Amino acid sequence: MEDNRKGAAALDEARLRQQAIGVKLRQMFDEVVNEPVPDEFLDILRKADKPSGER
Amino acid sequence: MSEPQVGRSPFDPARDETFKRELVTLIPHLRAFARTLTGDPTAADDLAQDAMMKAWDARASFQLGTNMKAWTFMILRNQFYSEKRRSWRQSQLDQEAAERTLVAVDDPEAPVALDELRLSLAMLPAEQREALILVGAGGFAYEEAAEICGCAVGTVKSRVSRARRALQTILEDGAYDRDGGAAGDAMYAILADAERLSTLR
Repeated sequence: MEDNRKGAAALDEARLRQQAIGVKLRQMFDEVVNEPVPDEFLDILRKADKPSGER
Repeated sequence: MSEPQVGRSPFDPARDETFKRELVTLIPHLRAFARTLTGDPTAADDLAQDAMMKAWDARASFQLGTNMKAWTFMILRNQFYSEKRRSWRQSQLDQEAAERTLVAVDDPEAPVALDELRLSLAMLPAEQREALILVGAGGFAYEEAAEICGCAVGTVKSRVSRARRALQTILEDGAYDRDGGAAGDAMYAILADAERLSTLR
């Protein structure tokens, strides 16, 4: 009985830690997503405009 | 979703415009994914730009209205691995550097659970790290992640679960065993931080 409670508590704790890791992972990722896009990226697409179409 | 192919496309300016507009919205996400793959912001941007150009070149093979995010992520991932094969030695050095940095973290006042997470991620095998990022941060379903990685759904699931367990272990025990104390400090910091973040909503 005591073991069951300990087991359940350990599971809850592990779940909590996993959730926390998940939150942090998303924060880490979103941090970059929210950065302003450097000009070079937009330049690439601007240049891609030029109709040198075929290769 | 088929393998992107470069080919001669009939000149269709309207389609190109639509394609370009959608690609632009994906740039921030591609940059973020590239950053998790390379760990270095400059290399990440180079990778993301290469991937964008490849996506543009292969635009004829993309079916408008299907999942462009997954398609471009696949291109970026393939680009990363083909470049990595060319510079395997450099990535070994990066991994070693990451491990040295992790172990060397000395300052108990150091606030950055985020950096510790990044460094811990760097210690994971690449396929576990990317699976975890795609599903846990990139917002992809397991099936989509499987397409991007070119493997079975079950494989992605097991990689994600192994990555999670490994991360937890690294954060709890890994490099924080200095002086016998401090083990679990990084995990504690992440827990506290995560709680603060969720109450901000």
